[in-house]
Amino acid sequence: QQIQEDLNKQLFDNLVSFLRRSHSEFQEKTTEWTCRMKSREIPTAALVLGVNVTDHDLTFRSLSEVLQNNISPYIALLEAKDCTGVKHLMQKLLGQLMNCYIDVDSLEDEDCVQVSQNRIRCSMTSLINWYESVTKKTDSETPRKKRTSSSKHWQSPPVVVIFKDMESFTTKVLQDFIVISSQHIHELPLVLIFGIATSPMIIHSLLPHSVSSLLCIELFQSLSSKEHLLTIIDKLLLTAQFPFKLGEKVLQILINIFLYHDFSVQNFIKGFQLCIVEHFYSQPLSVLCCQLEDAKKRVNSLSHNQCENIRRLPSFRRYVESQVSEKQVALLTTDSYLKEVIQKLLEDLHVYHENYVSVLRCLHVFTSSLPKYPLGKQIRELHCACLENQVWETEEYESSLQLARMLNKSDLVTMLQQCVEIFVSSSGKEFDKTVEKLKEFLTQFQKLEAEAFQEQDVSVSSQKELQKKTDLYHLQKTLLELKESRRSKKLTKFEMLRFEVVDYIDSLVRNYLVPADHKTLHEIAYFNTASVLREHLNAAPRTALHTALNNPYCYLKNQALKSDGGSISNKAPDICIVYKLHLECGRLINLVDWLEAFSTVVTAVEGPNADAASSDQVDDIIHARFIRAVSELELLGFIKPSKQKTDHVARLTWGGC
Amino acid sequence: MSQPEGKGSGALQVKFVPDEEVLKHIADDAGIKVRKDKTQLTVSLKTFVKKLENISDDEDQEILEEKNYVAALGICAQDSMGNGSSVSGGEVYSFQTPKRSSKMAELASELAQTPGQSVAPNHSECPEKTAKTPQSSSNKKKEFVSTTPYRLRKRLAAPDPYLESESEYSASCSEEEDEEDQKEVSTVLSGRKTPAKTTAASTPPPRNTLAKKNKESKMSNLVEEYFEAHSSSKVLTSDRTLQKLRKRRLTQQTLCDLLKKAPLAYAAEIKELNQQHESLFSKWMQQLHWGFNILLYGLGSKRDLLEKFRTSVLQDSVHLVVNGYFPSITVRSILNSITEEVLEHIGTFRSPLDQLEFIIKRFKEDSSLELYVLIHNLDSQMLRGERSQQILAQLSSLPSIYLIASIDHINAPLMWDQAKLSLYNWLWYETTTFSPYVEETSYENSLLVQQSGSLALSSLTHVLRSLTLNARGIFRLLAQYQLENKDNPSYPGLSFQDFYQQCREAFLVNSDLTLRAQLTEFRDHKLIRTKRGSDGVEYLLIPVDDSTLTDFLEKEDEDV
Repeated sequence: QQIQEDLNKQLFDNLVSFLRRSHSEFQEKTTEWTCRMKSREIPTAALVLGVNVTDHDLTFRSLSEVLQNNISPYIALLEAKDCTGVKHLMQKLLGQLMNCYIDVDSLEDEDCVQVSQNRIRCSMTSLINWYESVTKKTDSETPRKKRTSSSKHWQSPPVVVIFKDMESFTTKVLQDFIVISSQHIHELPLVLIFGIATSPMIIHSLLPHSVSSLLCIELFQSLSSKEHLLTIIDKLLLTAQFPFKLGEKVLQILINIFLYHDFSVQNFIKGFQLCIVEHFYSQPLSVLCCQLEDAKKRVNSLSHNQCENIRRLPSFRRYVESQVSEKQVALLTTDSYLKEVIQKLLEDLHVYHENYVSVLRCLHVFTSSLPKYPLGKQIRELHCACLENQVWETEEYESSLQLARMLNKSDLVTMLQQCVEIFVSSSGKEFDKTVEKLKEFLTQFQKLEAEAFQEQDVSVSSQKELQKKTDLYHLQKTLLELKESRRSKKLTKFEMLRFEVVDYIDSLVRNYLVPADHKTLHEIAYFNTASVLREHLNAAPRTALHTALNNPYCYLKNQALKSDGGSISNKAPDICIVYKLHLECGRLINLVDWLEAFSTVVTAVEGPNADAASSDQVDDIIHARFIRAVSELELLGFIKPSKQKTDHVARLTWGGC
Repeated sequence: MSQPEGKGSGALQVKFVPDEEVLKHIADDAGIKVRKDKTQLTVSLKTFVKKLENISDDEDQEILEEKNYVAALGICAQDSMGNGSSVSGGEVYSFQTPKRSSKMAELASELAQTPGQSVAPNHSECPEKTAKTPQSSSNKKKEFVSTTPYRLRKRLAAPDPYLESESEYSASCSEEEDEEDQKEVSTVLSGRKTPAKTTAASTPPPRNTLAKKNKESKMSNLVEEYFEAHSSSKVLTSDRTLQKLRKRRLTQQTLCDLLKKAPLAYAAEIKELNQQHESLFSKWMQQLHWGFNILLYGLGSKRDLLEKFRTSVLQDSVHLVVNGYFPSITVRSILNSITEEVLEHIGTFRSPLDQLEFIIKRFKEDSSLELYVLIHNLDSQMLRGERSQQILAQLSSLPSIYLIASIDHINAPLMWDQAKLSLYNWLWYETTTFSPYVEETSYENSLLVQQSGSLALSSLTHVLRSLTLNARGIFRLLAQYQLENKDNPSYPGLSFQDFYQQCREAFLVNSDLTLRAQLTEFRDHKLIRTKRGSDGVEYLLIPVDDSTLTDFLEKEDEDV
């Protein structure tokens, strides 16, 4: 299943390109401001990246790539876990710099290898020496180099040191490094970049004033991960090109994990990948989940078994039932006819997706500016709502239409223009008419504007009329008339037009935003088993243990284990009994009491045939079983041996588990 | 059975006596003032009983509230939780409600009773029941004795000005000072407190406090319970020890034999469960190749399952099995086996990080290299450290290393932060097998108290065999002395001076220095432990339990 690989690649490409875009601005700024280096101060960029630590790796990688291409070949990426002391830090730094130097011009690599091999003392001086030698070499070789990429670099490119996770560096190391390097800033143009996950204040809390005054810090804010998510959803889910779709529940789960757990785009993508893998693994018809042209070809080569599979799909059955009887027979018996129909249906599905996306965007334009956002602020919320059920039946939709009927003209016009743009840019063929219609609306609005002037004149004239001196009766009469006209004015042309527009949008929604599971053959493209996803991504090992211990019947389908409520059958496995007993204890558990209670339960199961002597002196086998169960509980982390009292164990859990 | 019963009745008697008799005993000594104390005690007993009722009333309500709270916490995830798991977080993570220590026995008998009713109607004579009674009563006694003063103390510490003076008063009472002092205190206090000598006058104040206390208690119940369970040094358990049970300790060997004899319950069902999991093997393989790593969790040993996976799927590929439960496993050994066995690299590395770098480089260079790593118990003692997890995570993030691991500990997921989780790229699989943890718990240090000490014994003999005759004699002396004092619970050890004296008498050493040299050797082998007493004297102890020591001496005698 090669499609899958393609999809994954596409996914990552998207992300990387996006990141690159977001970083181009940084890099521009960096170039500007490295120019005006001040003496004694190390230019420093503080990058605030947000809490989604997992994404940082990717960000930094692309950042260093960009920097390498445009600014300087000398870049070192440092991580806190490698740098426990200044010595380690310098070692790493030198190693990385010299390696990347080799990358740049492989001619001198022999020298460099030698250097790195007999690197005995990694000090700043050696770094400077190295730097000087390197720059000298490049200077002398400039004629030859000019053809290559190095022409882009400056005469003395700065050495960029990136601290990936500023917070986890030990303060001392950082301070020392900064102080040392500030001594050498004249000889060595150094640029630091700090990656910060929390807030920029951390620099000042980590570094004392004397050190931070050596830095010339400029702050950069990276885009929030929510925006990354938005673009990903935009690019992956809301396009017709990408054949694989997520069902409503699955998408909900993925978004929930993102919003409530980690804000990590990478994890979101991982979940998405898992969905793809799972879909292709579990759905035999997923072969058809590819680009339309390929799919049509593949339909032709379907085997009989696969045809049967299609016939078994619930959505297909619904479709068959809606057909006339001869067709039904033909669909269920002849494979070739079935294939034809499937091709048509797939095409329908594709068209549906195309239309769906653009209408969805259009609706989003309308709803996203309404007060209180009845249908959600983000397009993903709207998407979820549309996938879930028929959106026009929901209350939120009603209220948002109500609100839309109260929009003022300028907003309405801009929205309509946006909608026109969306429809024009979309590839759907059916939208020509819609575009026309919308344009018509727009011209009508313009006309209205002209008319409005006239109307104003009319109203002015009526006002003038009013000002004419008349008797009381006449005045009353004219006022009544005015009132009447005002009431009828409620349906001025503008308002009528507004209603029309909203109704039209409504009809569009009803036509095109049908939930996907009403469509025939939606099973091919949509992945809907949310429980699988949750199980694998958001597992609850503690809950599983808890159920296994409390209610073994969940796993061992034996009638003897069946019990109701919180109680447990006394025939349960040993560990369950021991666990149940330990729940009744406080912080410390007396092993003797525990053993006795256990043997009480176990002997009761085996029957009262045991004589008095053996019950006093606990049976060896029961003893052994008890030992095993207790040590299993210890392994599971429920108890630990305690030294407070002899023959006692301490309970480690607090509460019912 | 008669013996425990007799013991039990004795315990019963003790239970009913203390409150009054102890007080009477004190009253005889301290006279009138303490009589007041006595009434206070009895009243406080009453309040205690009432409070107990309160607690049980409140218990349900609290549990309800807790559930609400937990539900509110989990509300964000609730809609996503949906159909799958039937257990709410409230059940798993609920707070501990105060448990009477007797409840365990009660529950046991309750559990035992259920079939009893169907089997034999006259079950009341059954040994289980009688076995239970003495225990619960003795527990109750414990509870009373230890809790009452605690309550009293707490009540007296309540922020009431009147009570505060009270507490001063009773505090002086409890200190059992002279009558003169008492009078002084009472004269300092205003008139209302002076008639405290009559019991009638002293009773009302506690009642007041009772009312106040009740109001307060509802609010602070939860907090109190927490601290009661955690901060009070008194633990309400019985004092019985395994030694009193006249039970010989089982050795590892006999334990294994015994367990082999015991039939495995529900073998058929467990087998079915395992088959369910085994059907996932091919899926696992696929997902491993897609760049995910697989993590198994759930009750029961997953060792057999992984073994089966290995033998059925990984037969033809390079794989490495790591027994995480093995007590001396380290990350370094894992890395070593990768570099030496898989990459066939000879040479050592300065640090695990260097080694890791080397491995990463090799695997990146050669894309045809593939390695499956199976780790049993990724959460074991030796591997759960931050650094080792970091290294393993980095290892697992390599595209051509496929990791499949199992965890058992309830708090195992706490090992990983976001960064490590993303490196690991886990797919979680619940594989509850219910099979016993035979291998995992078989190492002696994982067994609690019942262990045989055979390992300690063999190490003792081995070390000693390599020593000189004199050294052995020195050790023997110490061991014998320790055994002679084994009944003394506050035995601090043998002081160095005494020991030196004894050794000299036995012609084992001739100077202070030789003995010290010898002791250093012992200490290096962890045969003895030294600790300084409060008087600055050095005390020597053998950190081995008595039975092992006896065995050792017997064996030595045989040898000689």
